[in-house]
Amino acid sequence: MAQSQLARSERINGWAFVLPALILLGIFMIYPIIWSLWMSFQVGRGMQFSFGGLTNIIRLTQDPIFIRALTNTLIFLAVQVPIMLVLALLFASALNDPKLWGRGIFRTAIFLPCVTSLVAYSVTFKSMFAADGIINQMLMGLHIIASPIPWLADPFWAKVVIISAITWRWTGYNMIFYLAAMQNIDRSIYEAAKIDGVPAWARFWYLTVPMLKPVILFTAVISTIGTLQLFDEPNLLTMGGPSDSTLTLSMYIYNLSFKFMPSFGYAATVSYVIVILVAILSFLQFLAARDRKA
Amino acid sequence: MSNPLSLFGRGATYLALSIAAFVSVFPFFWMVIGATNTNADLIRGKSTPGDALWRNIEVFFTSADMPRVVFNSFFIAGVGTALTLLVSSLAGYGFEIFRSRTRERVFGVMLLMLSVPFAALMIPLFILMANLKMMNSYQAIILPSVASIFIIFYFRQATKAFPHELRDAARIDGLKEWQIFLFVYMPVMRSTYAAATIIVFMTHWNNYLWPLIVLQTNEMKTLPLVVATLSQGYSPDFAVVMVGSIFATLPTLIIFFLLQRRFVEGMLGAVK
Repeated sequence: MAQSQLARSERINGWAFVLPALILLGIFMIYPIIWSLWMSFQVGRGMQFSFGGLTNIIRLTQDPIFIRALTNTLIFLAVQVPIMLVLALLFASALNDPKLWGRGIFRTAIFLPCVTSLVAYSVTFKSMFAADGIINQMLMGLHIIASPIPWLADPFWAKVVIISAITWRWTGYNMIFYLAAMQNIDRSIYEAAKIDGVPAWARFWYLTVPMLKPVILFTAVISTIGTLQLFDEPNLLTMGGPSDSTLTLSMYIYNLSFKFMPSFGYAATVSYVIVILVAILSFLQFLAARDRKA
Repeated sequence: MSNPLSLFGRGATYLALSIAAFVSVFPFFWMVIGATNTNADLIRGKSTPGDALWRNIEVFFTSADMPRVVFNSFFIAGVGTALTLLVSSLAGYGFEIFRSRTRERVFGVMLLMLSVPFAALMIPLFILMANLKMMNSYQAIILPSVASIFIIFYFRQATKAFPHELRDAARIDGLKEWQIFLFVYMPVMRSTYAAATIIVFMTHWNNYLWPLIVLQTNEMKTLPLVVATLSQGYSPDFAVVMVGSIFATLPTLIIFFLLQRRFVEGMLGAVK
């Protein structure tokens, strides 16, 4: 009797604690997910919809702007995420050394960028990378370049600026995850390896990296999701230009929905491309992490 | 010890870290330098402090209904953070303490949803808000992010370190479950809450895309929206934009420095 009463109270409490969150997720997450799946098969402008079957999917394959946005987004992902995670890992392992002088200062400095707002740092970068901005002045002052680089007006350099901006903003964030995980690693493992004559790079590659694998996987997945949703930086730095060379999928969805005559159905189809990409890439990252273990 | 940079010796490590620190901090200097100069000086490439700070602040504060904008930002971030921490930590605690097979499944599905990007939600959410007549309101901004899967997951991880003995003792003392949560769990998990506060406050404070969609009138605008508007156009007054950027950055900067120690402690608890 007492036993079943306890079980009953556990059950009631269990649901009571999670219910507010579940209700909110239901309204603001599950419902929109299903709705946008339904909408991705609708055609029409504004709020007038009709069932279009595969029309939107066919339109995707013939839409040069979509292909452009997809390519740009994948380029950002392929270049930025590896650079950022490797940098974060290197900084974290350097800062994990208790004998390093000024650890706290370096750690705070490198983490500092991620407390800025995306808008604030994007507009700061915009002014720094202006044609006559400080970056060009510095590079010319150091005689690295002879004439100013049109950072934001050139398709290649505009991508470079956006990649630098995201790397600047998020490297410290990932570094903190690695640092936290490294502090859970028993130092005596390193001492033993050192006594056995294992060189520094091998200790890093064969001890640190495998032990951090779950955290690396976590940051890789989170960064992939973040980069696939990239919106704020290109929207503020370049508005997607010049000539769509920094247009991302999220910006395209925004433009399709809110900038011109709304095309919600097609925009929903594009948004499902992001969902599918996230799913595939997360799955691949999980596979890669598992293979290494075996 | 495990330092790969030490391959190149200590000197190289310090050099690399110094460069990284310089690059990380430089844009902050630039914001301050920019805010003190006139736009004309900025464009001429002046990189020393100027004396136009007050003029820039004045222009910034007259560019919109600033008291209202600042209030909007603080209100949305403050109420949003409080609600997110409450609802999400309740759920994280619930999933970890009262485990059941059904709830494990629900949690699994929830984690899968973590990978659904906002872009896939924004159009239905927009129409939903329009149907609920909530466009251009605080609720529309705050409600969709109150149940944060990431923060629920974070609290569940952190709860694994919450000592069972404390809960059992509180039960024997006759405390109800919600009292245990409020008077035992919350105080014990201070560091976890501190770390989550930084992350959640930053998310609400810095949010740009969703407010851009939902907030339509000037008196509902938040700081990021105003700064973004000022920076657009053909030849923005960057000096004034920098003032705006500083104001948009200060609150999160202050919160970070106040909670920094606990932040690292809290992250440690969650990564274990």
